[in-house]
Amino acid sequence: MSGATTHGGGATVAPREADAATATNGDLVTVKDLKVHFPITSGIVFQRKVGAVHAVDGISLIVKRGETLGLVGESGCGKSTTGRAILRLEPLTGGHVLYEGADLARLSGRALRRQRRRMQMIFQDPYASLNSRMTVGDIVGEPLLVHKLCPRREREKRTRDLLELVGINPNTLNRYPHEFSGGQRQRIGIARALAVEPNFIVCDEPISALDVSIRAQIINLLQRLQGEFGLTYLFIAHDLSVVRHISDRVAVMYLGRIVELAENSVLYETPMHPYTQALLSAVPIPDPAVEEMRRPIVLKGDVPSPVDPPSGCHFHTRCPAVQEGLCDVNDPALVEVRPAHWAACHLITPGDFPNIRTAENIGPDLGATALRDEGG
Amino acid sequence: MGGSTAQLLTVTDLSVEFASQEGTVHAVDHVSFALDQGELVGLVGESGCGKSITALSILGLVRMMKNSTTSGVIDFEGKDLVSLPENDVRKVRGRDISMIFQDPVTSLNPVLSIERQMTEGIEVHLDLSHGEAVKRSIEMLKLVGIPKAEERIHDYPHQFSGGMRQRVMIAIALSCNPKLLLADEPTTALDVTIQAQILRLMKRLSHEYNAAIIVITHDLGVVAGMCRRILVMYAGRIVEEGPAKPLFHHPFHPYTVGLLRSVPRLDEPRSVALQSIEGLPPDLAHLPPGCAFAPRCTFATRECWESVPELFPATDGRRSACFHFEKLVQAEPARRGAALAAAGEAETA
Repeated sequence: MSGATTHGGGATVAPREADAATATNGDLVTVKDLKVHFPITSGIVFQRKVGAVHAVDGISLIVKRGETLGLVGESGCGKSTTGRAILRLEPLTGGHVLYEGADLARLSGRALRRQRRRMQMIFQDPYASLNSRMTVGDIVGEPLLVHKLCPRREREKRTRDLLELVGINPNTLNRYPHEFSGGQRQRIGIARALAVEPNFIVCDEPISALDVSIRAQIINLLQRLQGEFGLTYLFIAHDLSVVRHISDRVAVMYLGRIVELAENSVLYETPMHPYTQALLSAVPIPDPAVEEMRRPIVLKGDVPSPVDPPSGCHFHTRCPAVQEGLCDVNDPALVEVRPAHWAACHLITPGDFPNIRTAENIGPDLGATALRDEGG
Repeated sequence: MGGSTAQLLTVTDLSVEFASQEGTVHAVDHVSFALDQGELVGLVGESGCGKSITALSILGLVRMMKNSTTSGVIDFEGKDLVSLPENDVRKVRGRDISMIFQDPVTSLNPVLSIERQMTEGIEVHLDLSHGEAVKRSIEMLKLVGIPKAEERIHDYPHQFSGGMRQRVMIAIALSCNPKLLLADEPTTALDVTIQAQILRLMKRLSHEYNAAIIVITHDLGVVAGMCRRILVMYAGRIVEEGPAKPLFHHPFHPYTVGLLRSVPRLDEPRSVALQSIEGLPPDLAHLPPGCAFAPRCTFATRECWESVPELFPATDGRRSACFHFEKLVQAEPARRGAALAAAGEAETA
């Protein structure tokens, strides 16, 4: 984001975020024009490629050291694939992922393994992400063994410490995952991720499989650990309220692309992209009086298939502000519309906001503060 | 309020137990509530609290389950669905009472066309010919907003998206003009923008057809915009009941307070830490002798550990199953939205 600071008033089209930024010390992960396409094949013996699922279709972003970058979007928008591709758990179709300036795509073997120690993942489903035939101690201790992080004698002690850290009784070391509840399993998954002392953790919907009363416990735990170990999170979720709670900056994805990226408060108080606005207005607020006053923007139709994404702006088929001949033809670039606020929409030009100001639909308090800091 | 509303459903002292190797599981434990015609009620609780089993027993589906014992009375228009013979329950199920399930992917049969799945119930319950049933099905599909319904009716479930499948489910559920619709997590599997569409649709159709809906969910936001009355369940019991607005603004049960505080809200300033409810929900096979929430409750006293609180009546037709609810009544409302609520009520009064 170093390019952002040179920004004056409402300036001209700024380059894509990652292009503008060189790997400075503040940037931990730099993603440049990342593409992940999954081939669709036909035929049994001689498989021909007949198409591709454009899961991630050219996204660029930076994760700064010590921050939590929220990545939100609806199912199938490519947010999880992005997270997995950043860790090289999915093969990249194009683009680069730089971790501390080093291109992960070029690494292999021992060098890759060494890098992987620095980056971990917490998975969505705690019932599927723990091996049901391994004891909790083995699950949490395995990364220590794989990465040769501590002598055999100390492994048990280290495992106990890790379990204690996430709020699991260390004496349950010899138990199996099925003996634990969902929330406890998620804690075990977090302990496993922490075992290798990573800097960067991709949290892929870490609370969506949990009960409401347990979610807050896990969120609080993740925040505590971040403070304690100076962790950097890429927090992937579809729940916008949770992402607002935990993130420093937020990126909104739609059909494989980032449509908006900004500081947390900026994005939630003055969303610019029509999709972000609709998304925020559709989040139910647990308060009948507030719900009564809100006028959600109800989008028509469904998310189109990523196999054959719409031409131009991917959102144009559902956009309430679509302009024919423009949105369905040209592909909007993610540009910096004002300092540190990026959006990909033809109707937003830097310094000049679209007429679709619907922040009052989001909630009374958000509406009040909307568009306050127009000067940047 | 006002207007002549007749009672549609009265559940009295409903208990459902399952015999298991680990002992008797008390899935539903002396639950009583009533529902008026056309009323929208939210049944809120976490997984395993008994909300789905309550719904399934209203449909008469629980008594078919192995090792289950159902007691109490489910009075639906004068018929007791607990003791009614299966042949008679069949006439009610799918016709007067129907259900929308959580997962539209698994609740539709993948090898039958939408036409087959829709017309089956209509032919049986409304005694129509196949041709007439197809006509009615197309009408219903149009009603729920399926484009090109005449063509799409021949399609199979996999040819529809998640939101569209849930629309088909709603069309099937409403096709026999039910008086009561049980919606079990109807939008949990859907995205927020689709959720908004489906909730609107359900609300509109309930109004048009005077169908009562019980919305079963763990998401407080979903029921806040839709239901007038809320039932909160915990460990097989109703712990709080009342009209939605006052209940959300000033809950009278510590569990409801905890639930509301533990979810971040978009319309409130960000807080540093969420107030979580510590501990875990109890094992339904080994319930504590007293209040099931006592181990996680900050108000718990000896009384709470020793005896089970009944649903005490509070102000404005509200009920709370807490020995200490008076303290909560006097306490400041949990949320600052309370001022808004007061204003809103003054308007509607």
